[in-house]
Parts: sequence; C-alpha cells; structure tokens
Amino acid sequence: MKKIELNNVSVSYIVGDFSNRGLKDVIIQKIKGQSTEKKFVAVKNVSFSIEEGDLLGIVGTNGAGKSTLCKVISGIMRPTEGTMAVRGSIASLLELGTGFDPDLTVKENTFLRGAMLGYTREFMNNTYKSIIDFAELQEFEDRKFSHLSSGMKSRLAFSIACLVKPEILILDEVLSVGDGAFRQKSEQKMLEIIKGGATTLLVSHSLDQIRRMATKVLWLDKGQQIAFGETQEICDRYAEFLDKK
Amino acid sequence: MFDLVKKCGESISKKRFLFEELVKRDFKKKYKRTVLGMLWSLISPLMQLAVMAVVFTQFFGRNTPHYVIYLFAGNLTYSFFKDSTYGGMNALMQNAGIITKINLPKYMFLLSKNVASVINFGLTLVIFFLFVAVDGIAFHFRFLMIIYPIVCLIVFNIGCGFILSALFVIFKDVQYLYDIFTLMLMYLSAIFYTTDGYSENVKRLFYLNPLYVYITYIRHLIIDGYIPGVATHALCLFYAVAVLAIGALIYKKYNYKFMYYM
Repeated sequence: MKKIELNNVSVSYIVGDFSNRGLKDVIIQKIKGQSTEKKFVAVKNVSFSIEEGDLLGIVGTNGAGKSTLCKVISGIMRPTEGTMAVRGSIASLLELGTGFDPDLTVKENTFLRGAMLGYTREFMNNTYKSIIDFAELQEFEDRKFSHLSSGMKSRLAFSIACLVKPEILILDEVLSVGDGAFRQKSEQKMLEIIKGGATTLLVSHSLDQIRRMATKVLWLDKGQQIAFGETQEICDRYAEFLDKK
Repeated sequence: MFDLVKKCGESISKKRFLFEELVKRDFKKKYKRTVLGMLWSLISPLMQLAVMAVVFTQFFGRNTPHYVIYLFAGNLTYSFFKDSTYGGMNALMQNAGIITKINLPKYMFLLSKNVASVINFGLTLVIFFLFVAVDGIAFHFRFLMIIYPIVCLIVFNIGCGFILSALFVIFKDVQYLYDIFTLMLMYLSAIFYTTDGYSENVKRLFYLNPLYVYITYIRHLIIDGYIPGVATHALCLFYAVAVLAIGALIYKKYNYKFMYYM
C-alpha cells in the first residue's frame, strides 16, 4: 500500500519582516501602498510515492526545500497546489531540541513530547524507561532540560521519536546527532524500525548515510524536483553535481 | 463498529494526555514550583482590593451598601478576565517553537493556559465568599446561581483568548494596545463606582460592555439578593457564545497561516 503519495505538490510561504511588525506598521504600509509581504515558492511540482517499509532519502543543497517538504508531509503546512495523501501515524523530528521546555525536567519533557507525538499516558509509562535507557540519560532524569548538553538533547529527542514505533517517521537532519557510538546505535535503531514496517523520510547531508540506508532517493534543487528513484543511481548523479560546484 | 468506538476512545485519551501534560507545564511555569508562587497570585487581587477600598470608600462607599463586597465583585471578575486573556494572548507565540514543528490542535495551548487562570479565580472566589460572610450577608441557596455568569465568563475569556492570540501572532504591538484597552475597560466596567448617577439611557449603554454585565449579575445575586431576569441571562450567554464563535472562526481560517508570522 502506498504510504505517502504526492502529486504536483507546490508549497509557498508568505515572507516578510513579521517579527516586529505591528498594527501601526501595517496601516502605514497600507497607506503608502507598499507591502513587505512577498510570496516565496519553496517547493515546486514535486511528485513521488513510497510504499510501506521504504526509506526515502531526501538530498539537496541548502534551501532546496527539503525541510518545507517535511513540514508539508507532517501536516504542519498545507500544499498550496497539488494533492497529497499520507496514511498512518506520523512522528516527525524536525530540528531537534526545539519544542522542549528548558524549565521542565528531562522526565517531564519526555512525557510532554510523547503526548505531542500522539501517544497515550499508558504507553508512555511503559516506554519511558527504555527511552531514557536508549538516550543514556539515566542520571539526568530529574535535571532541568536546559542543563543538558546539546548532544544529550538531541539524543533524547531522537529516542522519544524512535522508541514510540510510529508508522511514518520523518527525520530532518537528525541522524548526525551525538557522538560516534550513539550515531551507530541510532542508525541501527532506524534500520530496526524500517524492518518493522515503518515508512521513513530521511533528510541528510551525509551521502554515505543515504547510500547505506535509503531504498529510494528524492533530489531537490531550489524547490524543483530533479530526480526521484533508485538510491545508487541518483546518489552518483548528485555526487557528480556537488563535485562540479 | 467496535473498532470505531475504540478509535474514538483512543483519540480522546491521547488528547487528554496532551492536555494534562500542557496544563502541568503551564502550572509549573506560572508558579515556578513554589507554594508561595500561588500565594502571590492570590495576594495581588487582595492588595488591589485593599487599596481601592481605602481610597474609594470615602467617595462612593457612603451610599453603597456592602461597598467592599461591591468592589470585590467587580475586581474579582475584572482580574479573572485580565489574567485569562493575557495568558491567552501569549498562548500561540509562546509555543511557536512547537507549533512550527509538530502538527497539533492549536486551541489546546490556549485551553491549557486557561485552566491555570480558572483555578486561580476559584481560589479568589473562596476568599470572596469569606468576605461576604464576614460582611454579614447570610448565605442563600440563590448564591449557587453564580455558576452561570462564571461559566459564561470562562467561555467569554476563551473566546477573547482565541481572538487576541491570533492578533498577537500577526500584529506584534497588540500587546501594548491591549494594555490600553484593559485600562479603559476597567474604568468603563463600574468596578469602584455605581451607575446610579447616570440617566437611564447611559445606564443602558453600560450593558454593551460584557464585563459589566457579568459583574452586575454577581452583584445582584450576592448584594441585592435576587436572581437577574431572563434578559440578563440571555445577554451573558450571547456575549460568551458570540466571542467564542468569532475566535473559533479565526482559528479555523488561519490555522495553517499562523506559522508564517511566527
């Protein structure tokens, strides 16, 4: 069964200086007839579909639209054009460490994140210990989250998302977390999840990793879909493209 | 059929889990895990009341029976409104890091914020009734009707929270404008004065202010000793439902647009 299916999906953002813009500024802009709002198309006409158990590697240079695509598939954004079908529960890891509360303890954050990813309390009670064990944070359970090192934070985020057995897992630049040992462990865990039938989206700048793990690859450049298909073939072309730059 | 029921049950229990965890978080953050933290939020309305009572009793207290209770009823309602809507206004922006990364129903953040405000209000309400007893107003079963304006007020606050949080995402200066607005509202809500001196027409204008309606309901109930008429009930409900409906519509319309502005 097709787990994720995208047909001619385009996504645009409204961009502008919003962080400090107030009502006053908007009125002034309206009077002057100049608007700082611009439409920015981050993803253009992307089509692909993957089946259960696939691991789709997404490659592309910075600003290619990889993260935007992940946001659309995880349901945070909606495609401006095209259609999309996603079947199954999703655990998405977009930028690790964000969305945690620095003032809460590791344990509290774990439960909060578990709740956000859509799990029940019962499930979290049962899984909590293995999450902490996997993240190797046994001694830090009652520490404030802000006291953790950034590597530890990412380890925790990864462990929560992976140990909860999602049907669809979206990993945006997260497998490069932690030290070498943890990286190996997390890769193994990923393979385990995929063997268990999960469908995975993996955004990574490590071509090695993509070659090792992915069953399909999608190559984006400036929002355009350059290629979609077999791992080795596209990875070779992408490597060549990077060399030429 | 059984499957469907099971699925529904699961979805509700998942949402409940999230809601509980969010409430816990907001509570811990608000009171910094201290008992004193909670005490402070009780002391602040009481201090306000004390100052107002000292200052205004000279001007308005002479002709108003149970003036302290009159003042308290107004202050209680206004403080709850202010606390709840300020919290609500920040609900989306404070959770921007989560909203832009995980797909969650956004109203959950607002509702969890309101729980803390409601609990705080509940505690102040207990103190209010202590004051009522001390001031020599005998308890009457009619007092139980206070639930009605309170429920309306909670819904009204949530609706305002919806609208304000959405505005705050899009216009960052709403915060300051709202400061001015709440200050004006305080003066317009007849918290420390009575409307007796105004003509009938002006008095009617006061009913355009939802907060005044809720305050008046509580005063009639506790001080004047009667349950307000059907019209007042209808007005209470109307304001609450109307504001909630507007807020919900905004959330529905902007659900996927908020993140552009965060």
